[in-house]
Amino acid sequence: MKRYSVFAVAREALRYHSGWERAWRSPTAKRHYDVIIVGAGGHGLATAYYLGKNYGITNVAVIEKGWLGGGNTGRNTTIIRSNYLQDPSAAIYEKARGLYENLSQDLNFNVMFSPRGVLMLAQTQHEIRGYQRTAHANALQGVKTEFVSPQRVKEIVPIINLDGPRYPVLGALWQARGGTARHDAVAWGYARACSDMGMDIIQQCEVTGVRVEGGRVAGVDTSKGPIDCDKLGMLVAGNASVLSEMAGFRLPMESVALQALVSEPIKPCMDVVVMANTVHGYMSQSDKGEMVIGGGTDGFNNYTQRGSFHHIEETVRALIETFPMVSRLKMLRQWGGIVDVTGDRSPIISKTPVGNVFVNCGWGTGGFKSIPGSGWGMAELMATGHSSLTEAFTIDRFKEGQFIDESVAAGVAH
Amino acid sequence: MLILECPYCGVKAEESELHAGGEAHLKRFGPGSSDAEFHDYLFMRKNPRGVHFERWRHINGCGKWFHAARCTTTLEVFGTYSAQTLEPPQAIRDAVSAKRPGWSWRDLK
Repeated sequence: MKRYSVFAVAREALRYHSGWERAWRSPTAKRHYDVIIVGAGGHGLATAYYLGKNYGITNVAVIEKGWLGGGNTGRNTTIIRSNYLQDPSAAIYEKARGLYENLSQDLNFNVMFSPRGVLMLAQTQHEIRGYQRTAHANALQGVKTEFVSPQRVKEIVPIINLDGPRYPVLGALWQARGGTARHDAVAWGYARACSDMGMDIIQQCEVTGVRVEGGRVAGVDTSKGPIDCDKLGMLVAGNASVLSEMAGFRLPMESVALQALVSEPIKPCMDVVVMANTVHGYMSQSDKGEMVIGGGTDGFNNYTQRGSFHHIEETVRALIETFPMVSRLKMLRQWGGIVDVTGDRSPIISKTPVGNVFVNCGWGTGGFKSIPGSGWGMAELMATGHSSLTEAFTIDRFKEGQFIDESVAAGVAH
Repeated sequence: MLILECPYCGVKAEESELHAGGEAHLKRFGPGSSDAEFHDYLFMRKNPRGVHFERWRHINGCGKWFHAARCTTTLEVFGTYSAQTLEPPQAIRDAVSAKRPGWSWRDLK
């Protein structure tokens, strides 16, 4: 792999940019791999990358039904934060946020991580108490957050309207080292680094069956023929139920649509991420100037990657009270992704009833921010059979009653 | 936009008039059941790519619960029917079979 650097740019500038090579290879699948990862999104590619980097396992194939990073990795609102209430969540999201800090250098690919700060507005008395509790929990967990006053909110976000008639801003939870990153670049950077380690990324290759022999995985059948493997990792977000049924077990999750939208580009007006969870809307400004807006999930099972229009209407209506200037913006485009939601709104990173099959799913609406941490823990789990980062996120926690209940405890939009 | 006809009041209701209630025809397990049965009843939901049977409530209308047969990959609605039944009536199953030959849902065919 030719490294990207200022010298490479200068060299290519002098020869009409004829020397750039493809960022990753597109090989045909071999007959056997040590590890097959299903799903070339952020989580799948990060898992493959840390398997190679941390454990030297490079005989790996990453199989993708569509195109690399074309699922939720390329559909989210790119927010990165780790201000969670429960210890296991804070640990894995903070691990991810920490890895994001140096990810561009690590991958030699600019993922445009921008630690611009994330502000979560408290707009009811209940939220004030909730976020103060989270701030205290974060202090104990070593996650740097603070609860700030409305005046401080106005300093951080001058365009905000503090005294809305329905939901005045009463304070906020501020994580100064949260922010955003370029979502496509995260997938591309990991893909390029994986390919460089000799891993095969096989796109447009749909898994049609999982072969299990003697209680252990033997391989997968795909639209490009059968491939054998010793270990199988499933990181397919909304389609995890479908894939797990191929392997003969069930997962406690449902797939629903989550939407986002962007406005026309405008001049820089907001240099942080603002989340308003009571009214269920969140907003940031992209480097191109578009206001990137997200809201809540739809209420019913859906695999169409399309959402309901009234959810967008509710999100934008809610944001107009807090950000009156939004009312004059034209919205450019809107899209949806299929997110996998578990009973306690926390992910599943676990061994499964089938030997040597590992599953990483259920990130629901919080997948992008966790990509490096999720991949780090999943790689450790797959390589060694145990990871302290992921042990709380087992499938068995529902049976044992040991929920990681972020939905009730924090009342946050993920 | 999803439009379901309420089988009680006959109104063709648009989604914002309705509330989704999750998987239909769940069999209850409580005291006396095994741990595995109770776990599945609480947490395991059918999450099919295709034909699905669901509970809905006409929340901003007559307020009643009803059932719907729907496709999760096309958002096509096969029909709605009363909540006073333990499994889909034959007419609904025929409507699904006409459009999705060979479908199955739990142990239904």
